[in-house]
Amino acid sequence: MKHIIGRKLGMTSIFAENGEFVPVTVIAAGPCQVVERKTKDAHGYDAVVLGFEDAKLKGLTKSLRGRFEKLSVAPKTVLHEFRGDHADVKGGDLVTVSSFAAGDRVDVTGTSKGKGFAGIIKRWNGSGGGASHGSMIHRQPASNGDTNAAKTVKGSRRPGHLGVERVTTLNLEVISTDEERNLLMLRGTIPGGKRSIVFVRPAVRAKRKAQVS
Amino acid sequence: MDLVQSVGAAQKKKKFAEFAAGDTIKVHSRVTEGNKERIQVFEGIVTERKLGGLSETFTVRRIAHGVGVERSFLIHSPRVEKVDVLRRGLVRRAKLYYLQERVGSKATRIKEKK
Repeated sequence: MKHIIGRKLGMTSIFAENGEFVPVTVIAAGPCQVVERKTKDAHGYDAVVLGFEDAKLKGLTKSLRGRFEKLSVAPKTVLHEFRGDHADVKGGDLVTVSSFAAGDRVDVTGTSKGKGFAGIIKRWNGSGGGASHGSMIHRQPASNGDTNAAKTVKGSRRPGHLGVERVTTLNLEVISTDEERNLLMLRGTIPGGKRSIVFVRPAVRAKRKAQVS
Repeated sequence: MDLVQSVGAAQKKKKFAEFAAGDTIKVHSRVTEGNKERIQVFEGIVTERKLGGLSETFTVRRIAHGVGVERSFLIHSPRVEKVDVLRRGLVRRAKLYYLQERVGSKATRIKEKK
């Protein structure tokens, strides 16, 4: 299965085989253990639960402890369900970066960096007002719609909290993997700060990259 | 060394010609045209070396048909085949941006290091 849980380590650049200098994000991916396989008959849907990073038994709640005991796997700190029927793995199996190969396309889900209380320019890509000539409207939200509406339309673009939300970056190219050190190198950026947990899955909207000739 | 930096560490060239700003060098770089590959040579004065680990670069300046041309290369790039040092220059700064304002014979004049 081409799914894995990892931690974002940071970004750097490396040379591709053709000499191109490629910006890559380095992820410490896995090794993950298959905690449980959910099946349509027993649970109503197919999924695989992966666990990442060992946990201390002491810090777990009784219910979680019981769950790990019942499935007879070592306790994990991060648990994540990946939907789909993955017949190639069973409970207790280890999932490593070896299932990925250079050229594969993946999606990465993470939690974006917190930006605090942000204005409309940063939060909604507003254009802002004039800077000079007494405009008096610089970074404010401008019109918010109908003056006769007697209410604010739901979902209108206002300042507010930005970041710390679930973000998925689609269709990232796997540049290389390091099975010895469990590293996954992807072209481009992924959501979140360093050391943040990310989930990797095969690209749902993979398309062949237009060939440059 | 942290894990992120170690990713490209193996790609660093161990042996590379030693040169500094002010030197006149010949850069042999691999160019792909269509599906043919050939070596292109760029000759000029080194105006800067920008450190940065694997992304270290150097810039070479020459006057081509009366127009100043600057080209920067990634030192560790596999496309940069080799560098020949033709002449050591005597300069008093690390970045020779002042050459960009010079015209005529003074544009390329640099004392030789004895």
